[in-house]
Amino acid sequence: MDWGSIIESLFRGLIGESFIVFALAAIGLNLHFGYTGLLNFGQAVFMAAGAYGLAMMVATIGPAANRNFGWDLSESTLFWLGIFVGVVVFPVVFALIMGIPTLRLRADYLAIVTIAVAEIFRIVVRSPTPGIKKWTNSSDGLTGFSGTFYDMSPFGTQDRYLFNLFTGNQMFLVIVGWVVLAIGATICWLLVRSPWGRVLKAIREDEDAARSLGKNAYSYKMQALILGGVFGAVGGMIRAIGFSVAQPDNFITDVTFFVWVALILGGAGKVLAPIVGASLLYGLLNFSDTFLREGVAAEVIPESIMTGTQVGQVRFMLMGLGLALLAAFRPQGIFGNKEEMALDDR
Amino acid sequence: MTGNQFDDKLKDDLIPDAGPHAGPATHSSDMSVITSDKIAGVDSQAARAALADVPWEPGAKKPDPILVADHVVRRFGGLTAVDADHVEIQRGVITALIGPNGAGKTTFFNLLTNFDTPDEGTRVFDGHNIDKVPAHKIANYGMVRTFQLTKALSKMTVIENMKLGATGQKGESLWRSVLPFMWKSQEREIEARADALLDRFKLSHMRDEFAGTMSGGQRKLLEMARALMVEPSMVMLDEPMAGVNPALTQSLLGHVTGLRDAGMTVLFVEHDMDMVQEISDWVIVMAEGRIIAEGPPASIGQNQAVVDAYLGTHHHAALDLDAEL
Repeated sequence: MDWGSIIESLFRGLIGESFIVFALAAIGLNLHFGYTGLLNFGQAVFMAAGAYGLAMMVATIGPAANRNFGWDLSESTLFWLGIFVGVVVFPVVFALIMGIPTLRLRADYLAIVTIAVAEIFRIVVRSPTPGIKKWTNSSDGLTGFSGTFYDMSPFGTQDRYLFNLFTGNQMFLVIVGWVVLAIGATICWLLVRSPWGRVLKAIREDEDAARSLGKNAYSYKMQALILGGVFGAVGGMIRAIGFSVAQPDNFITDVTFFVWVALILGGAGKVLAPIVGASLLYGLLNFSDTFLREGVAAEVIPESIMTGTQVGQVRFMLMGLGLALLAAFRPQGIFGNKEEMALDDR
Repeated sequence: MTGNQFDDKLKDDLIPDAGPHAGPATHSSDMSVITSDKIAGVDSQAARAALADVPWEPGAKKPDPILVADHVVRRFGGLTAVDADHVEIQRGVITALIGPNGAGKTTFFNLLTNFDTPDEGTRVFDGHNIDKVPAHKIANYGMVRTFQLTKALSKMTVIENMKLGATGQKGESLWRSVLPFMWKSQEREIEARADALLDRFKLSHMRDEFAGTMSGGQRKLLEMARALMVEPSMVMLDEPMAGVNPALTQSLLGHVTGLRDAGMTVLFVEHDMDMVQEISDWVIVMAEGRIIAEGPPASIGQNQAVVDAYLGTHHHAALDLDAEL
């Protein structure tokens, strides 16, 4: 067994691109669920919004605008416009679509609508209908939008960095990702310890009480939904840049539940929870994956137990087992407080 | 505690706030806090005296009403839960809203506070027509309510609960919230006010505990204290005595009369007749969604319409409310 590659894989999970993507998305979900009590089962659509906002601006909408209006927007202009569209415009639109009809109702309605919007968006985007395909390129997804980003990289594309963990481009993405994550976590920390965050927590505990004290619960819930969506969009955008492709099947429902796992693992309602949760989640996933693969390859794990092609499934079985154990023995997550969690909601 | 014991206490001129655990020394400091934040221009003594000339009849006009509801109707399908012709609530006094189970008290209460929307009718609070005003804006007009099932925000600390109540907080705007220097000084003022109130309500020792760890009675106190953070002119209490153990009853009663003496108007829904008899200045009785009687508390037990409502029309003896309820 090659322990070197197992350890490398572990660290790539702990601090790499997936960690950054899911930590950002989980910060958003933490604002939704951990602080405001909004049940969002469609965080993947906010991530897709970030990815497609950027990809479509650079790859389809921008060039079409150049052709049709005779504009001459360069690729890098479109890239920065795309960041704005992906981080602000798309998530706000999605949040309004989800929030306007449901935020005045009980929490369950938002849950239903978010999961529906996420699936509808993904299925529409992967539609082969020509009228849609020319904007989203169906299930093949959009490419050619990340060039401007990697052009800014100071790292050599042929070299490997940080103990051989990352290629030059990966290193650049990961460093930008860390900075964005640090800024995001700081903003989240400032928000939740401010009076604004106090209102969110009050809404989570009891919306009517907040209203009786003069707080516009609907408006605060909408603000939280939008802001959490923006965090998700930033995560999704980094994911798309990392893969250099915006593909509908990178934003399936499973993605939402991975974000949930990261959040619950860390402990909902704590600022550091999404970051540590996502890091541990991807560390463990990567570790178990490489460990099992190496074990099968070195015939330490006999073929009667599993073959190389079954490793992918087995590691998710292990993850499921881990979740069940977590729910049984530490339902409050790593940072959560059991006494706090046990307080009744009267 | 029976009404008689209570009378004795009042006769002895014991201050009602003096619960079993409260010494006289802490008590006098309480009163000074209460009187120091009197609402300007409201003399509760005069307001109570003015009630003497008000006729004892449903829909009676008050000399200085703070809240007026006209022809408020609320239907749930075929059932008319509330059909209140005309109600005026006198400013600066304690008004009780009573009635048998299912009379529509809580529904009417929700309509007055805009937590529910009537099918017909108008409501005017302190000169503002509130028919189209969302519930959260009512607090800014100076009306604040509590709930029958206490809504202590369990997973927030007691002091956080209190600070939430302050209105007009700069840090509650999304943009300013990330710039602490924009709201820190206001936050300190709010915290000082919250601490003073916690002190008055004898909850200081719970300051940094989660509200969910409090007893039912403490939650009631917290909810009332939190409501006062709004600096209201009118406090609406939905069954303030429900689920409160007798040891805290005295303290709660003292706080309610304290609100009135500080110039606030109090309207409460209550089943506890001791409380209604002893602290209310005016009683409004509802039955089957209608206002059937009004008058000072002493008049209510003798009122034939009230007796009929509580005991059925075949009962013709004067009602001993203490015994019956």
